[in-house]
Amino acid sequence: MSRPNFGIPKGLLVTLKNIIRHPVTVQYPDERLVISRRARGTDIIWNKNTCIACRACERACPTKAISIDVSRGEDKKLKVDRFQIDFGTCIACGLCVESCPVEDALYMSYSYERAVYRREDLISSDDELLPGEGKQPSGYAHPEVEKTLTLQTLLLDKDREDSQ
Amino acid sequence: MNVKTEPLAINMGPLHPSTHGVFRMLAVLDGEVIVDLEPVFGYLHRGIEKLAEEKTYKQVIPLTDRLDYVSSMSNNLVYVLAVEKLAGIEVPERAQHIRVIMAELQRIASHLMAIGTWANDLGTFFTPFMYMFREREKIIDLFEMVSGQRLLYNYLRFGGLSHDLPDEFLPAVRKLLKVMPGYLNEYEELLKENEIVLARSMGIGVLPEELAINASASGPVLRGSGVKWDIRKVDPYSLYQHFDFDIPTGITGDSYDRYRVRLEEIRQSLHIIDQATQDLPAGEVKSKVPLNLRPPRGEAYSHIEAPRGELGCYVVSDGSTNPYRFHIRAPSLINLTCLKDMVMGLKIADAIVTFGSIDICMAEVDR
Repeated sequence: MSRPNFGIPKGLLVTLKNIIRHPVTVQYPDERLVISRRARGTDIIWNKNTCIACRACERACPTKAISIDVSRGEDKKLKVDRFQIDFGTCIACGLCVESCPVEDALYMSYSYERAVYRREDLISSDDELLPGEGKQPSGYAHPEVEKTLTLQTLLLDKDREDSQ
Repeated sequence: MNVKTEPLAINMGPLHPSTHGVFRMLAVLDGEVIVDLEPVFGYLHRGIEKLAEEKTYKQVIPLTDRLDYVSSMSNNLVYVLAVEKLAGIEVPERAQHIRVIMAELQRIASHLMAIGTWANDLGTFFTPFMYMFREREKIIDLFEMVSGQRLLYNYLRFGGLSHDLPDEFLPAVRKLLKVMPGYLNEYEELLKENEIVLARSMGIGVLPEELAINASASGPVLRGSGVKWDIRKVDPYSLYQHFDFDIPTGITGDSYDRYRVRLEEIRQSLHIIDQATQDLPAGEVKSKVPLNLRPPRGEAYSHIEAPRGELGCYVVSDGSTNPYRFHIRAPSLINLTCLKDMVMGLKIADAIVTFGSIDICMAEVDR
């Protein structure tokens, strides 16, 4: 080729510029970024007291991960006998939470670590679905919860430091 | 000296680092020159089209995320448009604008990944790739902010969106629009005049204009061959007719031209997002749609300009809650069929470059 060979030195200048740029990664288990306020985490949180046993979430689930046993109590009201979610088949799409007609019965969780040793441990039912340690409701389809959570860390905000 | 060689058939893949998924190229080589090549795919077949037939219309939306997981938002859009056409659902203007913003952000994210992996295949090992991934991460942050997940968004719904934008979204997009051109210039400096990139990609994997049209290639592969064809202009959807943008085209149709087209499309996408955010109308983002959608008997086809090409969706309804037939016209699959004609007579290392420049997603090819 007859063109002057400046392409590679030009590219090297770019890499040099990037050497002095701030790092974009964080040291994960020690340092954590704040996830989205609407995060669809790896857990689903169910409130036993407000659930009206309508089974809308069970019907909305595309992977049939939710199974509910419902019976009529003595006062002829529907009540949930067993509410079980298999997180091995759950795809965290959030359709169950969206379909729930009650204000505060079903939430996606704000957590993202759910490694277990056995597949059976992925099946949670009844009281295991209550909020607890490291299992906080997220703001997905719940704007009132969304407002209380901290703002998501954006990689874009780091761009302040270098003059683009 | 004339060395007599025998043709040698080698399998590249299904688990080869440069095949971007599980894809096998059965290449017949004469020395280092390719004399025949047969693409073998189907390793990632999940039967999504059949699976969709036993799900309700709404439950198919998370399935479409999984077609082309590098550009889920476009897949959501094409399916949602098809069902809206079928059921005659109106979409509020604000939702249409947000759909355009999302589709264009997705195009940028997908093209960044395409150029990055292509540069990787050329041998610029991971430097441009990592720079582009850094910018893609910024866009994915935005998607996470609106939809709650980083890759499988499940954000669009019939008649609008699942949620409105959060308050912090628009300032973040404006900031992205401000910093992105600087980064794009950086990539250009890195790749545009690099002698190694030019030597490896110019005149490699040429797809003639006529063949590109005959093979019904689409997207940057078609435009790289010099055909000015873009569904956003030809058959506008989601208010694209209101936005001003150009269609970048290549001249020779080689790998380098396809890279140039992609980079230029990123600039055009930024321009579209700029217009869409400036006059974003207020109002509802979702129109009233029955909970259990039962579109009337009939069929509908919608097509959009996805990052990889013309993405089509065909839905047939028999009046029940499930689609009777669901079919996706995958641009990756159709573009991939040109591979043999593009690499015949090239060296085996050039086949990798050509394959990378088509930019396919195996999840979409096999479905």
